[in-house]
Amino acid sequence: MIEVQHLEKTIGKTTILKDISFTMEAGRMYGIIGPNGVGKSTLIRLLSGVESPTSGEVRLEGRTADSYGRKELAKWLAVLQQGGLASAGFNVREVIMMGRFPFQNWLGEEKKDVEALIDDALAAMGLLELQHRRIDELSGGERQRVALAKVMVQEPRLLLLDEPTTYLDIGYQVQLLDTVKSWQRERSMTVVAVLHDLNLAAHYCDELLVLNEGCVEAFGPPSMVVVPELIQRVFRARAVVLPHPATGVPQLLLQPGETF
Amino acid sequence: MKLKLFMYGGAALLLLAASIVISLSIGSSGLPINDVWGILVHQLPWMDGGAGQWDAGSIAIVTELRLSRILLAILVGACLSLAGAGFQGVLRNPLADPFTLGVASGCSVGAAFLILFGYQTVVGIWSVPIVAFFTGIIALVIVFALARARGVMNIETLILSGVIVQAFLGAFVTFMVSLSQGVVNEIMFWLLGSLSARGWEHSQVVLPFLIVGLPILLRYAQPLNLFVFGERHAAHMGINVERTKLIVLITSTLLTAAAVSIAGVVGFVGLVVPHMLRLLVGPDYRILIPLSAIGGGIYLLWADTLARMALSPKEISLGVVTALIGAPFFAYLLYRRKVQQGGSS
Repeated sequence: MIEVQHLEKTIGKTTILKDISFTMEAGRMYGIIGPNGVGKSTLIRLLSGVESPTSGEVRLEGRTADSYGRKELAKWLAVLQQGGLASAGFNVREVIMMGRFPFQNWLGEEKKDVEALIDDALAAMGLLELQHRRIDELSGGERQRVALAKVMVQEPRLLLLDEPTTYLDIGYQVQLLDTVKSWQRERSMTVVAVLHDLNLAAHYCDELLVLNEGCVEAFGPPSMVVVPELIQRVFRARAVVLPHPATGVPQLLLQPGETF
Repeated sequence: MKLKLFMYGGAALLLLAASIVISLSIGSSGLPINDVWGILVHQLPWMDGGAGQWDAGSIAIVTELRLSRILLAILVGACLSLAGAGFQGVLRNPLADPFTLGVASGCSVGAAFLILFGYQTVVGIWSVPIVAFFTGIIALVIVFALARARGVMNIETLILSGVIVQAFLGAFVTFMVSLSQGVVNEIMFWLLGSLSARGWEHSQVVLPFLIVGLPILLRYAQPLNLFVFGERHAAHMGINVERTKLIVLITSTLLTAAAVSIAGVVGFVGLVVPHMLRLLVGPDYRILIPLSAIGGGIYLLWADTLARMALSPKEISLGVVTALIGAPFFAYLLYRRKVQQGGSS
């Protein structure tokens, strides 16, 4: 699904990413983790094809990401951006309908009847009661659910999430990731998510890619990646790793003091 | 969406028709309404032209003066209002408008140069709007360059840059006026924005720009809707952002150039009309753009009727009327933005 080879990205005079290579397979959920400012969002932008690499290449289903037309790519690749939706005068239903843009003609019409699709997405994100409310009347968490519902109706094969749980209460963080996960399984979609919560990442992702100083520090299943030595090296935080009592997934407990 | 468009569109067209009827019936010559309509009816192709019943002067007042001027007011208003909607959509800036961005002043430099030095028809009747378009684009590029800091354009900074460029170019145009040999009074009138002493041939210059510009903006209405969540969001949704920006900016500037080269700098039309419509019909550009064209026509028709009737028989310039309405409106928008920002931070 995704092949990245010797990817390098320089913005201004700063090299954000240097020599990154990895392969991600279809139908799996991947997490990208790493300290702040390490280039996680830049990597997502390169994967989505809106930016071109300084050198190296990103291949999506065999073709370089920037060789696709924008509309062509939007028919199967969706991105949930960091920070959620801005204020706008549109109501919830209208915003979710925008997710169908890649399939519409210039009047905003398409052959397929999408009302049922919209209703499903509204129901899945618990937005049915809010559907006629204006976006600028909603809370940050509600807007993030609208953003996810909008991405759902786009029916992508590849979904890129950039810190989707920021601004969400812990309840909604779990709910959002549960939704993405079950949806990923149902449609055997590929998901790549930048996550800052390592414990959630370990639970939901099949494999984790650790970025550090513009390079791939580690790439593998959570049991391989979430280990004290690596956490210490990459995040400079002392931690204890324990299996989750219910699921057995490795979970991190931070240990205060003696940081350096 | 379609039903809404037909409903509002139909209502707007009715309002436009009513406005035309009223505006046509009043004027400084004191011609009775019966005669106005009698003359008009007789102008229909299968009628005799009414030459026997009315004197040539009255016929000329109705057809050459009022009717042509009404049409021109509608066309110029539609152009400016569409341009405003286009600028606001693509820049995601509610304060943008041909006037506040300095584009109108940019256009006026080119137009004034040709008019003042008598080159109006170097390459036919299109000379003025085409040169105005290029100077308008240059002004826009300068405004963007001034406003852009680290790749980001702040809403207020952009408008401030527009005001700076506008002040400079305005002075430049006045300077050119001082140099010219022409009748200063008439040129000053054009500078302030006016539709007086214009005829059918001027409508013929503006109309093609509207015929080209309106469908282009309509085509980009849905992409403009998606711009509301930011350019990168639009790119993720499958929009070619750079191309959309370029085409909408060029089309809006072209519409501005057409309006300015005929009517001078008539300010704030593109600011007032789309905003009023947003309050009425919501933010959807698929409805907003066609209605802006009609609404701009209605608005400018009334502004011009006011301009020619308020101090009748003396005329005040159209730009004065639109500024008297538009500037307080602009202040209100600025104030509301401040309140909203204060509330959210």
